[in-house]
Amino acid sequence: MKQIVIDPVTRIEGHAKISIFLKDDGKVDHARFHVTEFRGFEKFCEGRPLWEMPGITARTCGICPVSHLLTSAKAGDAILSVKIPPTAAKLRRLMNLGQIIQSHTLSFFHLSAPDLLLGMDSDPVGRNVFGLMATDSELTRKGIRLRQFGQEIIEHLGGKKIHPSWTVPGGVREPLSEDSLKEILAKVPEARATITTALELFKKLLDDFPTEVASFGNFASLFMGLVTPDGMWEHYDGKLRFGDSDGKIVADQLKPDDYQSYIGEAVQSSSYLKSPYYRPYVDESSSEGKAEEAGIYRVGPLARLNICERMGTPLADEELREFRDRAGGIARSSFFYHYARLIEILASTERVENLLNDPDILHTRVRAEAGINQLEGVGVSEAPRGTLFHHYNVDENGLIEKVNLIIATGQNNLAMNRTVTQIAQEYIQSPEISEGMLNRVEAGIRAFDPCLSCSTHAVGQMPLHVQVLSSSGDILNETWRD
Amino acid sequence: MSKIRLATVWLGGCSGCHMSFLDLDEWLFELAEFADLVYSPIADVKEYPQDVDVALVEGAVANEDNLELIEQVRERSKLVISFGDCAVTGNVTALRNPLGEPEPILKRIYVETVNSLNAEIPDEAGILPPLLDQVKAVHQVVLVDLYLPGCPPPAGRIKAAIAPLLAGEAPELSGQNIKFG
Ligand code: SF4
Repeated sequence: MKQIVIDPVTRIEGHAKISIFLKDDGKVDHARFHVTEFRGFEKFCEGRPLWEMPGITARTCGICPVSHLLTSAKAGDAILSVKIPPTAAKLRRLMNLGQIIQSHTLSFFHLSAPDLLLGMDSDPVGRNVFGLMATDSELTRKGIRLRQFGQEIIEHLGGKKIHPSWTVPGGVREPLSEDSLKEILAKVPEARATITTALELFKKLLDDFPTEVASFGNFASLFMGLVTPDGMWEHYDGKLRFGDSDGKIVADQLKPDDYQSYIGEAVQSSSYLKSPYYRPYVDESSSEGKAEEAGIYRVGPLARLNICERMGTPLADEELREFRDRAGGIARSSFFYHYARLIEILASTERVENLLNDPDILHTRVRAEAGINQLEGVGVSEAPRGTLFHHYNVDENGLIEKVNLIIATGQNNLAMNRTVTQIAQEYIQSPEISEGMLNRVEAGIRAFDPCLSCSTHAVGQMPLHVQVLSSSGDILNETWRD
Repeated sequence: MSKIRLATVWLGGCSGCHMSFLDLDEWLFELAEFADLVYSPIADVKEYPQDVDVALVEGAVANEDNLELIEQVRERSKLVISFGDCAVTGNVTALRNPLGEPEPILKRIYVETVNSLNAEIPDEAGILPPLLDQVKAVHQVVLVDLYLPGCPPPAGRIKAAIAPLLAGEAPELSGQNIKFG
């Protein structure tokens, strides 16, 4: 067996790496994705007051801080045993939609569009957002402004674009002002136009990437996400549903509080990212390694679109129908994450508009006051990348005793591992490794839009260093992408 | 005038400072006229290049990889800016410091709280960089030329720090621009 190490970070920024194992005939056996960053939130939060948790856990990630703010506040709501005022719930939803817009836009325009528009095999020097600014300034400007729109919704509500200290256990600190409402509403049409353009563009592009569609994490798995009581797309509340690749609902309306009965977490010695799995499908008494593979599931835009009955807004529902036509039913290829992401941006713009027109939205009663009434609470919401869980145990004074965070990207860990294996098997046939192959392995990971900040910090175009080693450890071939 | 060679670097941080950099929004087009982004996690560069004029460094120094990189950054850059509170003070990344060595922290997370399979501390040599016993602010490791506080520094503050550099002047930060948090 030979091992190829793809070190995205060439001794520079050790945040994520990939190993590819070759059989003696040069064919790929399997590959692994390693997350190399560790900060220890689950431990250093112990002993801190519950009230600090939204602010601290938001610092897990600068791309999706709002998800941690919301989920942490929801775990806090459970510990206070309060039902938050309806306007507070609507405002939290509004902020989450702003975040879905900004984060998905970042993923598509700033990080993946360079691959999709300039080409997987294009010159790596210019294959980034600045390169895109130079070659297609009009489209890039639109993307930048769309991300700005999402960030501004967050700022209008929380006073800051990144890490606003606005959500609290019991609700939110500040209501929405009328001026803010008008300003956001005025920008909806431009946002709608941009996302419509992007969707049209992507659908045209799909025909150019048949091999990528076929090999970028194209396999059967479970999909999980929140749905409403009648099975509609949901991002803030609701219950969990697992569906399979044939469209069968495997489990439905599962209570987030019971997550430990259906989600297990496995540890791998070569990654700081845990691998959650669907427990009922896994034989946990098995002594063979990799038992968790049987419980593989995916989360995030692709999963949410696959499991829901409808999006719940007219434009997005129309797009969902077309999405399912193009995918031939349930979308199995992770390449379709991009497509699903764009549809979710569209859905979010529709929902932002609806919420802003809601007669309750300007109410100023936005926070329920209470003390510690339960010693345990679970919060859940849909982060841009998938379902996020915060689970806290506290003492009588509200000091944290135990924390468990299940991060969206972790739940795609098994799927990302399978994806790098599949891409490597498709593109590597000999020790001669081309730059385009390296970029495709990265692009496969990028389709999941892993929030590596939640665990590593690598985003976007990662430099790669590939070594082909013989079983005795000699370097047989070495390639850099530069 | 030739363009400024600008780098942005990620150590142990949450990427929020980089996101705030992207919040410069359309001003990025102007920036691109005066500066080349020669190294950044959002661009494709293999190794930290020589002769960088300005480096914005996000995050604290938390593991061996961070340490190796920051030394390279210092050696190869004229101006090193501690970019955000994690770089300036250690901030959230350094919250583990009072707990002492990393081993018990890792044990708590990967062994004690896992509810099922293969509870063990991940430690594959050559893949996972060893954690430093104590997380350090950037200036505790290398000389820093300018501090840009904030968690993250808002885009306006980033612009106040780099716009003068593009004009060949030294930035002066004061008032709201030297606020933490
Ligand atoms: S200073 Fe704040 S925003 Fe910047 S990396 Fe640290 S936690 Fe994130």
